[in-house]
Amino acid sequence: MKYVDEYRDPKLAKGVAAAIAAEVDSGRIYRFMEFCGGHTHAISRYGVEDMLPNNVAMIHGPGCPVCVLPVGRIDDAIRLASDPRVTLCTYADLMRVPASRGANLLKARAGGADIRMVYSTLDALRIAEAEPEREVVFLAIGFETTTPPTALAIKQAKAKALRNFSVFCNHVLTPVAMRAILAGESDEATALDGIVGPAHVSTVIGARPYEFVANEYGKPVVISGFEPLDVMQSILMLVRQINEGRCAVENQYLRAVTHDGNARAQREMDEVFELRESFEWRGLGVVPHSALRLADAFAEFDAEKRFGVHTVAAADNPACECGAILRGAKKPTDCRLFGSLCTPETPMGSCMVSSEGSCAAHYAYGRFRDRSRARMERAAS
Amino acid sequence: MSLVMKPVRRKLDVRNGRVDLSHGSGGRAMAQLIADIFHDAFGNDWLRRNDDQASLDAQDGCLVMTTDGYVVSPLFFPGGDIGSLSVHGTINDIAMAGATPKYLSASFIIEEGFALADLKRIAQSMGDASRAADVPIVAGDTKIVERGKADGVFISTAGVGVLPHGLSLSSDKARPGDAVLISGSMGDHGVAIMSRRENLEFGVEIMSDSAALHGLTAAMVGAAGDALRVMRDPTRGGLAAALNEIAHQSNVGFMIDEELIPVKPQVAAACEFLGLDPLYVANEGKLMAICAPEAADVLLDAMRAHPLGREATLIGHVVEDERNFVEMTTRFGGGRIVDWLSGEQLPRIC
Repeated sequence: MKYVDEYRDPKLAKGVAAAIAAEVDSGRIYRFMEFCGGHTHAISRYGVEDMLPNNVAMIHGPGCPVCVLPVGRIDDAIRLASDPRVTLCTYADLMRVPASRGANLLKARAGGADIRMVYSTLDALRIAEAEPEREVVFLAIGFETTTPPTALAIKQAKAKALRNFSVFCNHVLTPVAMRAILAGESDEATALDGIVGPAHVSTVIGARPYEFVANEYGKPVVISGFEPLDVMQSILMLVRQINEGRCAVENQYLRAVTHDGNARAQREMDEVFELRESFEWRGLGVVPHSALRLADAFAEFDAEKRFGVHTVAAADNPACECGAILRGAKKPTDCRLFGSLCTPETPMGSCMVSSEGSCAAHYAYGRFRDRSRARMERAAS
Repeated sequence: MSLVMKPVRRKLDVRNGRVDLSHGSGGRAMAQLIADIFHDAFGNDWLRRNDDQASLDAQDGCLVMTTDGYVVSPLFFPGGDIGSLSVHGTINDIAMAGATPKYLSASFIIEEGFALADLKRIAQSMGDASRAADVPIVAGDTKIVERGKADGVFISTAGVGVLPHGLSLSSDKARPGDAVLISGSMGDHGVAIMSRRENLEFGVEIMSDSAALHGLTAAMVGAAGDALRVMRDPTRGGLAAALNEIAHQSNVGFMIDEELIPVKPQVAAACEFLGLDPLYVANEGKLMAICAPEAADVLLDAMRAHPLGREATLIGHVVEDERNFVEMTTRFGGGRIVDWLSGEQLPRIC
């Protein structure tokens, strides 16, 4: 398959793996966070970990839109869907995310709520046009990748004077989350050495917004595509920066990302959305200026205003380690629910739901390594 | 001149007519629907007798029975339709035991308003598939439900076959060291359905692989005998589900190699686009077989000699593993698990 196979070529992979192995300093550990769930998924699905030296540790980041949505907002979505006038349109990944008291959207649907799975915002718009008697609410989630399409859908709805379409906006901002993680690092020994930076998000916002990571925190960032060879090449670029004592924002994903990003998409976002004072993230807690809501000019399409949504913060399951895992402070296997009470069939936390979640990726692809690793750790101690 | 008037028997208007509730009432309309659509398409003496049951000669050997339901949407897809699919699927369930399929039954739940022309087309396709496979449909039933209570037509089948005494294939018979073979490319059926459902055009039409596999399985049983341990058609959940089920039932693990698993380029491209993994996508004309390692070559030769097994290939081995993992070396060069599918295959959103 053209434009895909090139980035999954086993021969090239062996070459990059050999270069990484040759260039790492065996006297130190390299701790890299891959920010996006897309990277986490690629690393797990293609077995990239098996091709890295033991002293290169990949730490999964919070870049999974489904994972970072807090319980309170899922509760809101279920409340919205329970309104008999409402048709709630959502991406399929959200259906099984646990809400308060064991609820989720899948169960709400089985209980009679009109919840429909869509592939894009435009599907929701089409439903609103086709069924004018229904109040169609689009449950919008995601980082800067999915925000411009939501903006365009809202503008289309306005142009068409669609009165039965609104958006429950949960769009969040990548650079702010990255800062929250770096600012929260307290332990020198577990601090990150570098970041594998977002792929699709960066096509929109460009490379510039990550400069603070190098300038203020002195850590390298390499923006990386989502194919396994992209990730491996980015790891090699990070290793080289560290070995050379440099820290800069470098762009491995040159075929899609420019320094300034997609100006048109940025304009659409700026026009339709404005910054929230603060927003709660699963894992990161309440982070100031980290999310978007509809600007006043588009307030009529804001489901929170139309239906009077007042989010009540709700606690995660106390035994669930999703929070620490999303901050990169713990591994999926550090959670005592992992693989026992919490599985993809019975997720207790959001990281076990989306295929981009760290726990789901490790459970589905990587857990065969756990026993040998546990044995090695026991032997070492 | 007789004073008793014989009612004029109007022909069923197959071209423009629609199924209505009278077709399920047990009256003349129902009798006509059954005669003109189903008897006409399935044509055999058992059905023409119009009894409520079919009497079949008792067979030597072990009786093998299965039942299956078909609710596919859309009803017509590239490479088949719900009718041919129901015949192939039922035959394959019998064939995977190593048995010879003998008879089928079919029960139709039809939605009021369903076009008679579509029903006729489905029935003809079932009749053609059953004749081609030499497995007659000997009993049937129709029920009509109100509009909105079904989606066009649902078909429920049963199948009966015969297994020679002494032969026993079962999912709990895989042993460490055994070879794992598949008969051809993975994912064709599911992708054909998905591309039609999502109105996706890929330049090349992707055809379902729907086919009756009892000819192939007979050749395999003939070649390998009881060195053949397990056969399975990887339908819903694809190869991944079939391997995981067998791993649990046999209390073993698998080690397979992604490089060796054939996937058509157009299927791989569609899966990439839809966010699907071909290992989890349904097949309706492929099988997976597990056999003693020394029988693998003979079995592969027998499979490749059959038109439905030309691309047969070895994809890996059974290993000892009390965790029952299906491990795979990826084409990229790393390792991963091929786990059970959880929920449906979810599209990735960013």
